[in-house]
Amino acid sequence: MSEENNREPEGTPASADPAAESKDTASEAAAPKEPAPSAADEAPAPPPARRVETDEEKAARRKAALEAREAAKAAAAQAAAQAAQAGTEGRAAAKAADGEGGSSEEEQSPKPPSPSQPRLDRVVALLRELVSEDAVEEAYINEANDHLPTIVVKNEHWLKAAQLFRSHEEMNCGYLRNLSGVDYETYMEVVYYPLNMDRRETYCLKVRSDREQPSIDSVTPIWETANWNEREVYDLLGIEFPGHPDLRRIMMPDDWVGHPLRKDYVPLDPEV
Amino acid sequence: MIRTEELLLNVGPQHPSTHGVFRIIVKIDGEVITEATPVMGYLHRGTEKLAENLNFTQIIPYTDRMDYVSAMTNNYVLCHAVEKMMGLEIPERAEFMRLIVMEMQRVASHLVWWGTYLLDIGALSPFLYAFSDRERILGLFNELCGARLTYNYMRVGGVKWDAPDGWIDRVRTFVKDMYNRLDEYHNLVSGNEIFLSRIKGIGQYDAQTAIDYGLSGANLRCTGVQWDLRKAEPYSLYDRFQFDVPVGKNGDCFDRYEIRMAEITQSLRILEQALEQFPGEGETMGKVPRVIRPPAGEIYVRIESPRGEIGCHIVSKGKAEPYRLKFRRPSFVNLQILPKLLVGESMTNLVTILGGIDIVLGEVDC
Repeated sequence: MSEENNREPEGTPASADPAAESKDTASEAAAPKEPAPSAADEAPAPPPARRVETDEEKAARRKAALEAREAAKAAAAQAAAQAAQAGTEGRAAAKAADGEGGSSEEEQSPKPPSPSQPRLDRVVALLRELVSEDAVEEAYINEANDHLPTIVVKNEHWLKAAQLFRSHEEMNCGYLRNLSGVDYETYMEVVYYPLNMDRRETYCLKVRSDREQPSIDSVTPIWETANWNEREVYDLLGIEFPGHPDLRRIMMPDDWVGHPLRKDYVPLDPEV
Repeated sequence: MIRTEELLLNVGPQHPSTHGVFRIIVKIDGEVITEATPVMGYLHRGTEKLAENLNFTQIIPYTDRMDYVSAMTNNYVLCHAVEKMMGLEIPERAEFMRLIVMEMQRVASHLVWWGTYLLDIGALSPFLYAFSDRERILGLFNELCGARLTYNYMRVGGVKWDAPDGWIDRVRTFVKDMYNRLDEYHNLVSGNEIFLSRIKGIGQYDAQTAIDYGLSGANLRCTGVQWDLRKAEPYSLYDRFQFDVPVGKNGDCFDRYEIRMAEITQSLRILEQALEQFPGEGETMGKVPRVIRPPAGEIYVRIESPRGEIGCHIVSKGKAEPYRLKFRRPSFVNLQILPKLLVGESMTNLVTILGGIDIVLGEVDC
């Protein structure tokens, strides 16, 4: 039953939709849901109505998206104008606006000033002041994710930056909630989500590394919880973590060849 | 003269007390553990890799199989993440259905823990009590979606099936009965002297250690840290209900036990209120595009599962399949503290401490 439900008719042309829809509802109605005969009887009727609504909605959404995009463009222009006067603050905003150029994150919230923007600016200033002038590669607000301040930290300054996040009173992030690695095909990236529990503030920190010899300083000495997480990233993506106390595979067998989550991974034995 | 020698002992991967295929290599000196090395991966199925070639609706059944005693919360974290990325509106009735099944799932999950934990410690009958009550929840879920364990119930935008006639009333009856059963449980176990001497002061750690190790759920709250994502970062409809977050103070196995038992009561409280406010009619599926394509971007969404913070990190490139999908599994993170807790303990406490952490191997290995 679950297989039927999961079959998403992907990329079906619009004209073929009604047929697909009725087929789906048929399978739904046939689903063994014994105690509700009334629901099963009604099932075939509503879908055409819902179909029309979806189309209308689609058009409306497109229109809204277009408007939002224009608004965002205007906001970006404004921010750029401000940047000429207002140093870092404006720079970060403008970067945020054109860094995601054309992506739908802008469609969702056309309002330019994010409530997290001051927090992001403060942290970026701190990193520049206490770690290094060029420690911050990129900084923006991830609006879809509850306006999460996102900072890309330069690889060579990562360890110092992480220490700052852990111990500086401004951030004071004692809790590392998640650590994941991503293979972007041109570079590798590790994403950290440190959290300040008292103020309930989360940050997103990213560190990038070259793809051939990926290596990022281990934060296990700073956040103990990174230990197994880094081992997992090493195992599945092949990123080295110098400074890690015990870097070996954790999920795959010790004699496994390759790192499965890399985009270019080819299994040694195709039968497996 | 007695000659002593260190002994290397393999516990697992097949051992009833490891709750799955988990192996731990312990070095013991007499009865005392001097070193413990967990070995996992026996249940690694590569969910994250498989997900890169599946669309989001197809990934939902895979989440069922991660934490298989709490499939509903896993369903929810994925659907919620995708909905958030796409900015979808969820009909109220659908959200209520989700919340009700999630809280029922929490009760069921804690019952499994309670039963098997006492089994580990040597009490057989509580297991039978716990599973007979859990059976009622599974029966209700079965009525709802035709599955007892891997429900595949939620969808991006709502839930797959509406509640059948009379289902809500049956849940109401269950909640009422469960309160009485809980009293019975406490009478049966909570004051038992043998039980208390087995778990009091065992596997103790403080709040700073818990935070360093990134523990979550009862493992964190037993040290006195009031951190429940349902309260701290409310999602779904949790901000509409009255409930408490039970915390301990000693950070030992006994506190973890008490918290989990208290959490069952709190879940029942939430259920009572949710059933009271349950909208009589309405859609159970929001307006969702035919093909689910989250816009390009990145998101990290977390919710409170019975075991702690379960998170979903999605990197999307605007396609129907995720570019990268990572699950933050509370069991995996919580288990990290085990070697630290075991060193210096006696062999008999190994199972007590491991059981107290409450892991599910499907989730540890993912």
